[in-house]
Amino acid sequence: MSTIALTDSHHASAVEREWSGPASKRIVTGYGFWIFILSDMVMFSALFATYAVLLGQTAGGPSGRDLFDLRNVAIETGFLLASSFTCGLASIAADTRHATWFQLAMAVTCAFGLGFLFLEVQEFASLVARGAGPTRSAFLSAFFTLVGCHGLHVSAGILWLLTMMTQVFAKGFRADIQRRILCFALFWHALDIIWIAVFTVVYLIGSAR
Amino acid sequence: MLGKLRWDAVPFDQPIPMAASGVVALAILAVLAWVVIKGHLPYLWREWITSVDHKRIGVMYTLLAMVMLLRGFSDAIMMRAQQSLAFHSQGFLPPEHYDQVFSAHGTIMIFFVAMPFMIGLMNFVVPLQLGVRDVAFPTLNSVGFWLTATGALLVNISLVVGEFARTGWLPYPPLSELAYSPGVGVDYYLWSLEISGVGTLVAGINLVTTVLKIRTKGMNLLRMPMFCWTTLATNLLIVAAFPILTATLAMLLLDRYLGFHFFTNEAGGNVMMFMNLIWAWGHPEVYILVLPAFGIFSEVISTFSGKPLFGYRSMVAATMAICILSFMVWLHHFFTMGAGANVNAIFGIATMIIAVPTGVKVFNWLFTMYGGRVRFQTPLLWSIGFMVTFIIGGMTGVLMAVPPVAFVLHNSLFLVAHFHNVIIGGVLFGAFAGYTYWFPKAFGFRLHEGYGKAAFWCWLIGFYVAFMPLYVLGLLGMTRRMQHYDVPEWRPWLIVAACGAALIMCGIAFQIVQLVVSIRQREQLRDETGDPWDGRSLEWATASPPPAFNFAFLPEVSGEDAWWDFKHRANGQRTPDETPRYRDIEIPRNSPTGFVCAFFATMMGFALIWHIWWMVAAGAVGAFATFVVFAWRDHDEDVIPARDVERIDRSHRARHHPHLGKEVVA
Repeated sequence: MSTIALTDSHHASAVEREWSGPASKRIVTGYGFWIFILSDMVMFSALFATYAVLLGQTAGGPSGRDLFDLRNVAIETGFLLASSFTCGLASIAADTRHATWFQLAMAVTCAFGLGFLFLEVQEFASLVARGAGPTRSAFLSAFFTLVGCHGLHVSAGILWLLTMMTQVFAKGFRADIQRRILCFALFWHALDIIWIAVFTVVYLIGSAR
Repeated sequence: MLGKLRWDAVPFDQPIPMAASGVVALAILAVLAWVVIKGHLPYLWREWITSVDHKRIGVMYTLLAMVMLLRGFSDAIMMRAQQSLAFHSQGFLPPEHYDQVFSAHGTIMIFFVAMPFMIGLMNFVVPLQLGVRDVAFPTLNSVGFWLTATGALLVNISLVVGEFARTGWLPYPPLSELAYSPGVGVDYYLWSLEISGVGTLVAGINLVTTVLKIRTKGMNLLRMPMFCWTTLATNLLIVAAFPILTATLAMLLLDRYLGFHFFTNEAGGNVMMFMNLIWAWGHPEVYILVLPAFGIFSEVISTFSGKPLFGYRSMVAATMAICILSFMVWLHHFFTMGAGANVNAIFGIATMIIAVPTGVKVFNWLFTMYGGRVRFQTPLLWSIGFMVTFIIGGMTGVLMAVPPVAFVLHNSLFLVAHFHNVIIGGVLFGAFAGYTYWFPKAFGFRLHEGYGKAAFWCWLIGFYVAFMPLYVLGLLGMTRRMQHYDVPEWRPWLIVAACGAALIMCGIAFQIVQLVVSIRQREQLRDETGDPWDGRSLEWATASPPPAFNFAFLPEVSGEDAWWDFKHRANGQRTPDETPRYRDIEIPRNSPTGFVCAFFATMMGFALIWHIWWMVAAGAVGAFATFVVFAWRDHDEDVIPARDVERIDRSHRARHHPHLGKEVVA
């Protein structure tokens, strides 16, 4: 972009590094999305804090030790981590503009995500069937909300993933689509980070109680 | 089919809401009819509703705030009238209605007056001050505005269809739980704030990214105008605090809709957790509102004193210190919770520490004026009125930061007087100063000075007459939110307070007259130069109103007060270089995404409030489809050809830099 000098450049102090002007669209988009992810993490931190406060409030009902099946959680974790790996492959394919590999990697990511969701829904359904639904106690309210909120994020992510697959199929790797893929990848990896906190705080610490 | 919605949701038997909403409906219909008959609808749609231009969006935010100020103020004057009448009597507002009035007053004033006013000014000014053409995410900006408007609309719908919350502006459980508030009032509150909260978050992300990534060449962080710094601090707070509000209100929604137990009395719910969470957002929110005002005062005081801001770097440091400290004091809102003497002491001291950076700011403003050539025009009057008023409010705040004092004054009118003292004196005076200061930039003509001064004096005196009695009443033991009372000592003070509210009403009337008169006399008030106040920062370097692309050439800066520097070096010193080569400029293409998205959000919000589940699903599908359609478009930019840029730019330069002749500096 062309600029016009408002003052002579030799007046500028040599010590200070000059800001070189507006950043590129890719930088701006990625940066803004990082800020969004941070705000999302703040929201999760409120839910984590709530869970921590309500962990012992079982109201005479079941506690984490009675309910959590760590084997199931381990498989869920495996699915999600593997999906992050394939999501990384999709990003590389997008960078090299390789449509087939991109679609394949995204499809596998989607399959892992759906597998994760399937296991989570199964877990929730079995808890409700055993009378340990979210209305049973404050502890279970906090549990279902925190884990369910992560699950909702994964669901939204899958919706986004499918949209991106269709967009690449219909329009190819246009610059704006590339930027969206970048944001999607950031989102998907961030969900992994949050899941690791869920795994530790909810399931590991929860089943120790 | 229509969930809980029945005909009896419309309060046909209550004259006040019916009359009020009737007037509002008539006004809306009249405006709509005028727009349609005059054939302005296509213009409105093309140039405003679908606009993604930060200047237009900023103006719309500000307009929303001013309209909602009228609504919030009607609530205020009803409350003052009620309390001056309701001695040994019921007054004219029954309790269930009075409770809605004070809840709506607080909610509207904070979320739909103060917030959009500040976000509107930031939106309009910051890209101009940074010397760039737009914000980071123009379409998202429009989405954010329209979601805010959705929230405001839902609050106003509650006037006619159903009811509003009776819980106060923060819906404390267990009162706000289904067991004690079974109606739709709290749901109106929750959904309108969830939706507008998303809008605010979007605005926050957008402005943080803009300030940190989109600045013109040479605009190092420590060369930014002070308003850009306070914008950065405010929006960092928005990004960090609003998700807490979203999460907290979501938990209350889950309690109310699905029988969860976050804040209930039963099954292990924890009521005080709500207070902690809501104030972990709520205290930063106070600074989200007042920091932009501090930025406005910094700009106004230095411009109207003809001096650079005193202690610029200490001002930056103070702003960022407040930004961080604001997250460390939330517990002072409920010292009476029983956290214990040590916890209360820590939060009391942390609260008092905030007075230090704020004091730094006040002294900086005073020293900026000291020795300056001070012009007492309306924006500066608001700023001086602010300094005096805000200091009093700040000192009563420090007083209440002493936990034993807070135990005595908790929930009394002393508290009410304190926060109006800082919010009116700080935020609102700041908003009015900014409105008067930047109005000529937005529209190309100034606001009428005489009516502006009249409005200022009515507001200032009205404020003191209305709120100083509340301090006394607090010390006399009157608690807040009383629908009637039987203590004769209170009554004279309440009547004085009502007179103060009437004075403020005169101030608002003068502001309306000022706007009308200024529009009618716009030719006399026209500003051809683009720099009516002899300004210092880059927004004054371009035409008023600025062209869609703001600057034909992005300015390059090499110090603070870039525009002031340029004006004073340009005088007679610079020789015109070669004629600048104008280039095509790409600007983001207008998009109805924000408006359509808000349409579906309104539909969803209304359906959720009334449990109309099919409509919820329809709204969700519609919103998602809107985004997909938006993502599918192939052209997201319009090009302004170089010759148009040249024509627009040269006509401005000919008017503004006659001493430079026809050729311009390059």
